[in-house]
Amino acid sequence: MTQLPPASDKKLGLVIDLDICVGCHACVISCKGWNTENYGAPLSDMDAYGENPVGSFLNRVHSFEIELEDGPAQNVHFPKSCLHCETAPCVTVCPTGASYKRAEDGIVLVNEEACIGCGLCAWACPYGAREMDQAEGVMKKCTLCVDRIYNENLAAEDQIPACVRSCPTGARHFGDFGDPNSAVSQLVAEREAVDLMPEQGTKPVNKYLLPRIKDRWLDQPEAGDVLPVVAEEPEGFLKWLDKALEKL
Amino acid sequence: MAEPLLNLSPRPSDEVRQTTCYMCACRCGINVHLKKGKPVYIEGNRDHPVNQGVLCAKGSAGIMQVLAPSRLQQPLKRVGPRGSGEFEPVSWEEALQLATGWLAPLHRENPEKLAFFTGRDQSQSFTSYWAQAFGTPNYAAHGGFCSVNMAAGGIYTMGGAFWEFGQPDWDNTKLFMLFGVAEDHDSNPIKMGIGKLKARGARIIGVNPVRSGYNAVADDWIGITPGTDGLLILALVHCLMAAGKIDLDYLSRWTNAPLLLNDDPGSPDYGLFLRDAEGNKLVIDKNTGKPARWDAKGVRPDLNGQLQRDGLTHRTVMARMAAKYLDPAYAPEQVAERCGLQPGQIRKLAADLARTAFDEAIEIQQSWTDFRGETHEVMVGRPVSFHAMRGISAHANGFQTCRALHLLQILLGAVEVPGGFRFKPPYPKPVSAHPKPHCKVTPGAPLDGPHLGYVEGPDDLCLKEDGSPARIDKAYSWENPMSAHGLMHMVISNAYAGDPYPVDVLFLYMANMSWNSSMNSGGVMEMLTATNADGSYVIPKIIYSDAYSSEMVAYADLILPDTTYLERHDCISLLDRPISEADAAADAIRWPVIEPDRDVRGFQSVLCDLGARLGLQGFVKEDGSQKYADYADYITHHERRPGIGPLAGWRGKKGEKSGRGEVNETQLQTYIDNGSFFTAHIPQEALYFKPWNKAYQDWAVETGLYDAPQFYLFDLWSEPLRRFQLAAEGHGTRQPPDHLRARIKAQLDPLPLWYAPQEETADYPYHALTQRPMAMYHSWGTQNAWLRQIHGINPLYLPEQIWQEKGFAEGDWAEVTSPHGSITVPVARMAGLNSKTVWTWNAIGKRKGAWALDEKAPEASKGFLLNHLIHELLPPKGDGLRWANSDPVTGQAAWFDLRVAIEKTEPPAESQPHFPPQKSPVGRGPQTVRQQSGPDQQSPQKKAGER
Amino acid sequence: MNPAPSVIIFTVLSGLGFGMLFWLGLGQAETGGMIGFWLFAMAFILSGGGLLASTFHLGNPQRFWRAFSQWQTSWLSREAILAVAALGLMGLFGLRQVFFAQDWVWLGRAGAGLSLLTVLATAMIYSQLKTVPRWNQPGTVVLFILLALAGGALITAQAGLAAGLFGLAGLAQLWVWYRGGQRFAEAGSTLASATGLGGRGQLRLFEPPHTGRNYLLDEMVYRIGRKHALRLRVIALLGMSILPAAIMLASGAGLLAGGAGLLAAGLAGAVHLIGVFAARWLFFAEAEHVVGLYYGRHS
Ligand SMILES: Nc1nc2c(c(=O)[nH]1)N[C@H]1C(S)=C(S)[C@@H](COP(=O)(O)OP(=O)(O)OC[C@H]3O[C@@H](n4cnc5c(=O)[nH]c(N)nc54)[C@H](O)[C@@H]3O)O[C@H]1N2
Ligand SMILES: Nc1nc2c(c(=O)[nH]1)N[C@H]1C(S)=C(S)[C@@H](COP(=O)(O)OP(=O)(O)OC[C@H]3O[C@@H](n4cnc5c(=O)[nH]c(N)nc54)[C@H](O)[C@@H]3O)O[C@H]1N2
Ligand code: SF4
Ligand code: SF4
Ligand code: SF4
Ligand code: SF4
Ligand code: SF4
Ligand SMILES: [Mo]
Repeated sequence: MTQLPPASDKKLGLVIDLDICVGCHACVISCKGWNTENYGAPLSDMDAYGENPVGSFLNRVHSFEIELEDGPAQNVHFPKSCLHCETAPCVTVCPTGASYKRAEDGIVLVNEEACIGCGLCAWACPYGAREMDQAEGVMKKCTLCVDRIYNENLAAEDQIPACVRSCPTGARHFGDFGDPNSAVSQLVAEREAVDLMPEQGTKPVNKYLLPRIKDRWLDQPEAGDVLPVVAEEPEGFLKWLDKALEKL
Repeated sequence: MAEPLLNLSPRPSDEVRQTTCYMCACRCGINVHLKKGKPVYIEGNRDHPVNQGVLCAKGSAGIMQVLAPSRLQQPLKRVGPRGSGEFEPVSWEEALQLATGWLAPLHRENPEKLAFFTGRDQSQSFTSYWAQAFGTPNYAAHGGFCSVNMAAGGIYTMGGAFWEFGQPDWDNTKLFMLFGVAEDHDSNPIKMGIGKLKARGARIIGVNPVRSGYNAVADDWIGITPGTDGLLILALVHCLMAAGKIDLDYLSRWTNAPLLLNDDPGSPDYGLFLRDAEGNKLVIDKNTGKPARWDAKGVRPDLNGQLQRDGLTHRTVMARMAAKYLDPAYAPEQVAERCGLQPGQIRKLAADLARTAFDEAIEIQQSWTDFRGETHEVMVGRPVSFHAMRGISAHANGFQTCRALHLLQILLGAVEVPGGFRFKPPYPKPVSAHPKPHCKVTPGAPLDGPHLGYVEGPDDLCLKEDGSPARIDKAYSWENPMSAHGLMHMVISNAYAGDPYPVDVLFLYMANMSWNSSMNSGGVMEMLTATNADGSYVIPKIIYSDAYSSEMVAYADLILPDTTYLERHDCISLLDRPISEADAAADAIRWPVIEPDRDVRGFQSVLCDLGARLGLQGFVKEDGSQKYADYADYITHHERRPGIGPLAGWRGKKGEKSGRGEVNETQLQTYIDNGSFFTAHIPQEALYFKPWNKAYQDWAVETGLYDAPQFYLFDLWSEPLRRFQLAAEGHGTRQPPDHLRARIKAQLDPLPLWYAPQEETADYPYHALTQRPMAMYHSWGTQNAWLRQIHGINPLYLPEQIWQEKGFAEGDWAEVTSPHGSITVPVARMAGLNSKTVWTWNAIGKRKGAWALDEKAPEASKGFLLNHLIHELLPPKGDGLRWANSDPVTGQAAWFDLRVAIEKTEPPAESQPHFPPQKSPVGRGPQTVRQQSGPDQQSPQKKAGER
Repeated sequence: MNPAPSVIIFTVLSGLGFGMLFWLGLGQAETGGMIGFWLFAMAFILSGGGLLASTFHLGNPQRFWRAFSQWQTSWLSREAILAVAALGLMGLFGLRQVFFAQDWVWLGRAGAGLSLLTVLATAMIYSQLKTVPRWNQPGTVVLFILLALAGGALITAQAGLAAGLFGLAGLAQLWVWYRGGQRFAEAGSTLASATGLGGRGQLRLFEPPHTGRNYLLDEMVYRIGRKHALRLRVIALLGMSILPAAIMLASGAGLLAGGAGLLAAGLAGAVHLIGVFAARWLFFAEAEHVVGLYYGRHS
């Protein structure tokens, strides 16, 4: 089981648009809500009202700052969940077979019935996409909402991950990266999406769209950017006004 | 081993109930999934006009709010000293009798001795109706400390405001400028809008000292120095006017720019509009060169008209504007440094605005007819739009800054046009269509009219015979004449000081006044517990309704515990602050999708009961019995005007009418069946130019938004402001006190202006701000087991410059001092921050013992409030007076004028100041939260019986 | 990485235990009679106890048996299988040796081989992880094996051999530290690669995704002060290699005889154990997981 299946034609995953993400954490909490109630054990919160609350989350939003030589610093909100890697090291290290990659669509899952909670898969994941549930003692991770995307009890338009459905800005896109014509594949091509930590050799399915270039106006030449003046003082302005009104 | 068999189609729930979110005031539609009657998952309602299916973090965390251990369980009567948190539970009957016993004599003899103030209440049309029936002039909601500058600035300028009353034309705008917004009430719509702009490649410019959130995704960031936006905006106005890049056609048709003003400085009417015998304002008609009524058929108002009449010169508002804004004082070179910008940046910005508005103008092929009878074949649009919120309004120059921003929009012709800014019904609504404030008290009878409204001059102020303020919060007094939302932040300190008079009962509803919603929180706690020589409390009785164990609970004598938002009826009404969109009027309800499991009652229903016990007019039937059994009954049966009730949808006996119609007994059920909201779409022809568009006005009358068309012009020149100035100049019978004359003359300018919001001080060189975290709502987020993990502490963010200069390192703490006090708090570094500004997340810090949290909770040990540094009064200036820390026009609390000094300090054991713990009336929350309703029977993934 | 006691105890003790079993299997010590009994017992207690300790950090130890299934890919699974196989064979071997004085050489050799492979598998669990570049080097495996052999040799009273192995282990440890210091940079993971935001400017964590702690931080983001680390390295090196090697050399050279020799061996063993514990603590505490990049570490 911990052998990776042969590469599937269908590669489901997410594209996350860092140009739009405002860091609202909506995806974090809708994920928590859906997955607490659905797939597997509930996502627990320990010391929930205490000094050191520690809960399991499958998706978290970091925020980074980029300091530039020649412009103001920029902030980037950075949501991160399991990237459903094609050569997922978290799968191959698992001693029990609990961690597996689905042959049919590439989704990486943990079979909680079989998980002994050794934590090795979380060690093997470069992205911090796995969290051990402290109450249940099993490994938790993004399921790509496998219990939504094929769910016949949901309307067709709702057969998408909870985080994608809730994201208010539309910064998250779900689809099949195996299909070059899918909307996600096209976004990836158009915006030259990137892989996280390619050097780790994990071949992530999820992709990231980088923020567009910002603060362009600051370094543009002044000349053409200044409006030609019609009048510097009130009298002249009113004269111009009369003329301009004639032309209306 | 084969892949395990998964149940890919588990049933998400047994049942979905649709209601309206109240994890914040945005009021999105939600689908509450229930299993065995318990809420298990909340998602956005795709059909809902506000959120169209999306949901924010708070909205998704609603389950944890409804299950929060901090929920109050039953009515409570104080037994320990105020502030201790010691209570005994009492029955509802006992609680209501106690309240009635306190309130009945006041209603009979001194109604003004009740001060009834509500927080971010979504039933203000109801709570104010109750207060009016009680007869007290002392009622308002939270708007005075929130963003009344924004509301009043907008309404006095263009008959509508940003806040939640309008929106950019997200589908058509090409350049969107956002001033001073971290989150705003329109949480999801703004995010959805930003997403749309990004997808279309439209440009977003963020003006904010802090580059987080929306400003982080903005294409361009202007890290302005706090309090100087008005200066930047008027510099843009200067550039655009000097370049002639203003929309002359728009200005002449739809604004008061061409109206004739008395231009004779010696006249008592100097600066007022010239009117004909019937009181109609006049313009010069370009067609005839003669004066004419502004709204006469076929008139083409001349922006540069002049008229001599009765020996007086009359010139247009436009001429006044030219004189004012072409002054070199507003040139970019003069203002840039103060704003923390380069002059070239301002000039470039002006050019970009002009280019987008005029060179990239858009057209919608849709004819429409204006109030002068002229039919326009197309709708011309200026695709520049703006939005702003507390970053500009929570300063003492906020009213005028908001007005300046509207002036800029209007000069560009970008309001109520395609691609620009659009109102949401019931707006547009001119000042004249709003009520005036009322304050006439008659013992045993209702107040003479609604409490809040829009004054048009000194005659409308709420003053007593002797000129002293009639209201406990001194709203509509000379100190803040246009305080359209009241001044909630002054109530406790005025009541404590007995100035203008003492009250007997302070009745508060959902406002955490002893903590994050007050300035000077420590001082407020002292005022609430202060005693007279005989040991009695200075504020004799305090009644409070909260749903949760907030810091304020401990300071009340009687607690009326409320339900949570999934457990009660609510009405988000067109009479109040509805959920309309620019394309449609819309209102909504909440209904009990679950029943409370505690002895709590919806507060509005309690008011129906209390109103009847007090025999208030409108709350009892002829025979003296209770009129409305509960709030649901009120929502269905109350009529404000014949045919107009709290809800506009499905009126008429059979629910066949919209807007106007008889009471429909099944109205609430119809709402429920339709997702708990109602929308009335605006006809195509009426979608833009609403203040002047016949089709819109007719539709609005039909829908019951008003009773007759309300055509009006945008008030670039504000006559009400000018009337106050005239009084300050010595004209008229109602005169301001002398110490206020100079200020009124200078700052209640009828044309937008900028003045420094506070005095520069070398001792306190930095600006200190708060921002709303997107995943927290004020104080209530903290009781939420999910949300508090995201924001459990709030460092003070310092810019690079201060960080370096003071030698801070990661993990350090700082002592932050203001003229009013000092706090010691953890710091962190941020590069994308104005170099003179520090900030933190709002309302994360908590008092020990509140919210069912452990006393060691990080919110209480490391979290902090800036409020301890902010006083409701400014530091003494040596003139013997304490001036309010508020906008002189509206009384808006100037939260963001705070100035501080910062020094590195040894980390204390916990953030300072620190207050002793309160006793929790609800105990402490459980150790572990694992919420799951139980396995779906069909799911092989779950073991039977596993929780 | 979090230096969790259960894992440190497990790796140290089981390494020592399997090291002993290796030498016992090869017949390099007295394996019969009382001495044999005690030696085998000790080896089993160490290796078995270590294995038991390792289950303490499992979330669901009752399902341990599932860990035997994934030998094809998982070094943890291989370790489990190898350990059980090694213990089984060596148990049989030990029984015959101690109680029947029968020497099944082939059984012992096979058991010895499996024991060493078990140590190799343990080391591979760490060494395979690209996410922890410091571990991700062949030296890790060499070091684990040398330590097991050295400790085993000590307890099986092969003074000279032990001394040599202690020396080698010390050298290996130095090498592992040296290479370990370079590995993170070599692996090439940076905040820039982790976020894809490289090439734009200086990157920095502004706000973590949550102000509280979480599993990842507790487990993988551990920070140890430099000074502290240096002191511990000295202790580790002295304890695990230099001191026991010196003692063993002295003892091997016959300088210490009889009771003194036994005492010295005991002392060397104790010092060695302390050293290995210190080294193993550092092995975890100093190891930087690349996920720390997302939390503002190692940048
Ligand atoms: N998630 C969430 N949503 C909320 C709330 C909440 O608590 N949480 N609260 C609701 C309430 S009651 C309100 S009133 C609204 C308020 O919504 P916002 O107006 O977004 O309120 P603040 O967070 O106070 O944001 C003020 C912003 O103005 C900036 N600012 C401060 N001074 C200046 C200045 O001089 N110039 C400029 N240009 N910017 C400045 C600050 O950096 C900050 O970004 O949000 C509502 N929505
Ligand atoms: N430093 C600083 N201070 C500020 C601001 C700032 O920007 N900076 N912003 C100010 C602004 S704009 C505002 S609006 C105020 C907000 O201040 P508040 O309105 O006081 O905000 P909350 O903390 O939300 O407190 C409202 C109370 O309502 C209770 N409550 C919640 N739900 C219910 C319910 O369903 N029924 C009842 N009866 N009670 C309920 C909560 O438990 C809480 O005690 O804060 C102000 N304070
Ligand atoms: S992101 Fe981590 S958990 Fe997900 S497949 Fe890749 S390695 Fe595994
Ligand atoms: S924690 Fe569970 S899923 Fe992860 S490696 Fe261990 S057994 Fe496999
Ligand atoms: S796909 Fe589903 S499980 Fe994964 S992050 Fe989104 S909501 Fe969570
Ligand atoms: S919901 Fe969307 S915008 Fe909000 S943090 Fe997640 S990805 Fe970003
Ligand atoms: S913005 Fe969020 S909290 Fe506010 S009403 Fe909408 S979903 Fe609820
Ligand atoms: Mo507010």
